[in-house]
Amino acid sequence: MKRAVLLGGCWAWAFLFGGPGQTAPSAQAILERADRNAVSGNRIAVSEMIIRGRRDSRSISAKSWVEGKDKAFTEYLAPAREKGIKMLKLGDQLWTYSPDADRTISISGHMLRQSVMGSDFSYEDMMEDRSLVDLYRPEIAGEETWLDRPCWILRLTSKGGEVAYDSRKIWVDKERFVLLKEERFAKSGKLLKTLEVKSVIRVQGRWVQNFLVVKDALKSGEGTEFKIQSIEFDAAIPDYLFSKASLRK
Amino acid sequence: MMAFLLKGILRDRSRSLFPFLTVLVGVFLTVALFCYIKGAEIDVVRYNANLSHGHVKVVTRAYANEVDQVPNDLALTAVSSLILDLRQAYPGMDWAPRIRFGGLLDIPDANSETRSQGPVFGLAADLLTPSSREPERLELRKALVSGRLPANQGEMLISDDLAQKLKVRPGDQATLISTTIAGSMAIKNFTVAGTLRFGIRAMDRTGMIADLSDIRDALDMADSAGEVLGFFEDGLFRRDRSEAAALSFNARFRDEGDEFRPVMQTLIEQPGMGLMFGSLTYAMSLIILVFLFAMSLVLWNAGLIGTLRRHGEFGVRLAIGEDKGHVYRSMIYESLMIGVLGTLAGTALGLALSYYLQVHGIDLSGMLKNITIMMPTVLRCRVTPLSYVIGFIPGLLATLAGTAIAGRRIYKRQTSQLFKELET
Repeated sequence: MKRAVLLGGCWAWAFLFGGPGQTAPSAQAILERADRNAVSGNRIAVSEMIIRGRRDSRSISAKSWVEGKDKAFTEYLAPAREKGIKMLKLGDQLWTYSPDADRTISISGHMLRQSVMGSDFSYEDMMEDRSLVDLYRPEIAGEETWLDRPCWILRLTSKGGEVAYDSRKIWVDKERFVLLKEERFAKSGKLLKTLEVKSVIRVQGRWVQNFLVVKDALKSGEGTEFKIQSIEFDAAIPDYLFSKASLRK
Repeated sequence: MMAFLLKGILRDRSRSLFPFLTVLVGVFLTVALFCYIKGAEIDVVRYNANLSHGHVKVVTRAYANEVDQVPNDLALTAVSSLILDLRQAYPGMDWAPRIRFGGLLDIPDANSETRSQGPVFGLAADLLTPSSREPERLELRKALVSGRLPANQGEMLISDDLAQKLKVRPGDQATLISTTIAGSMAIKNFTVAGTLRFGIRAMDRTGMIADLSDIRDALDMADSAGEVLGFFEDGLFRRDRSEAAALSFNARFRDEGDEFRPVMQTLIEQPGMGLMFGSLTYAMSLIILVFLFAMSLVLWNAGLIGTLRRHGEFGVRLAIGEDKGHVYRSMIYESLMIGVLGTLAGTALGLALSYYLQVHGIDLSGMLKNITIMMPTVLRCRVTPLSYVIGFIPGLLATLAGTAIAGRRIYKRQTSQLFKELET
């Protein structure tokens, strides 16, 4: 769910706006369009994350408030052990608040590479808030049909800045400019993470991936399902929400 | 004759002092080196058993396969019934559930926000049950630098280096951030009861020790444990007994399809331990054998030289009618006495030094700055029953052998050559 709140993050661009694609656009144009469509003003979403571990599966739900790419606030709703935990992202800083410990803790350093709530997402994934166009050099690697939708396959290579993944391969819906599949790679070429969209819905004129599965290729297990239960765009979000003081309220 | 020879040895130091000193030094070095190597071997094994592996360890099959990652999501469950079962099956052993965990230690400021933060590698053991042997096994009292041992729930110990790095003192609050058995974020407040210096580089950097019940609560691991360690009651590792226990236990849990079935492993089966055991035993045996061989050669040579130097004396003794066999036997008896006296003196000195180093040890921390394996930085000698007799091999046997071989010249001695030799 945090994912959804921090949609301004790595897969935030996956929230694409509708509209037909141009004929044979360049890789740069496709990526810019996908990036542009991924960003909304404000949004409030309730989501569910189903984590399938080796022992059992569990479900975590959360509500997220997102403003642009830089601000996100998430509150976990269930299960009981996680209920009340809050997370705040402001730019490149991330804090978490635990009601049991009554502590506001900065998440930084190697902690950013840790899993979020045991899922296949990492905090680093959440913190990635720059546009893919800014971070990667795209090239068209082919075309393929995915989820019965014709897609461009783009290979993205890092421009050399600080990125969590050195290269990516993405499948972009030719008509809706929404991301339907992604593979993320390390500098060595090793596959680190895969993302597969299972369902896309239209909300307030935008195409939204409401069900996707993320799999950390380095972990065993069946991956993490992420489902958006409700989403509202351009919602009014009070400014005080994006402050450390709001974590303890 | 023995009394006569002894008087000769004591009164004529020119012929006995050098061989005696040679035997003494050789035996002293042999005994001291043997005790030092034995101490190092026992210390390394004891440290690894007590701190990390036990003499045997029970984990799930899945945990064993990924043990380097400390995968608490693959931990043992229903541990209390497992331990009951183990106690019945192996009555001569003590069973200790433990949890190893990684995470961050976060120190709050006045507003309960992060003031400082650092990675920790933690160990949870039963510290609060009065009958628990874990504090003694982990040598916590000896390792305590400041504060006290945990006496209440919610208290923990951290390494003194980490405490200085994070600027915390006993009595301060610290928050552990880790991962629950289900993979969620775990956050729990602790009070720092004391700081420790483990003498183990890996733990002195990021070590944290807390009571098992607190960590179970923090990591949502009620009645669970990453591992259950088994210790023989006298604290000494016995390979044959541990292997027999593991064999019988594992025979009861053979369901290959269940990756969470318990499996028992011996200390030697732990990652790196088999290699370490093999290398340690091989290296130590080799060092001792080479040293014993070298010392035997030196002492044998001393026996040879001592005998050859007395070539003239043998001639005179034979000339005045002493039997060759008698001369030869007297030489053997003399070397036996010198060997015994030198060995006793050398063993006494070697044991004295070894006892001193058994108590005070040799601090090798400066040489082990970047070592990450569990290894004591203070190596101590260890006096074992064998230490009392190991010196007799080079001290007595080699001296005797040297004299016996050199003494054969007595039988080739021609008295007719004696006066010619005396003239020159």
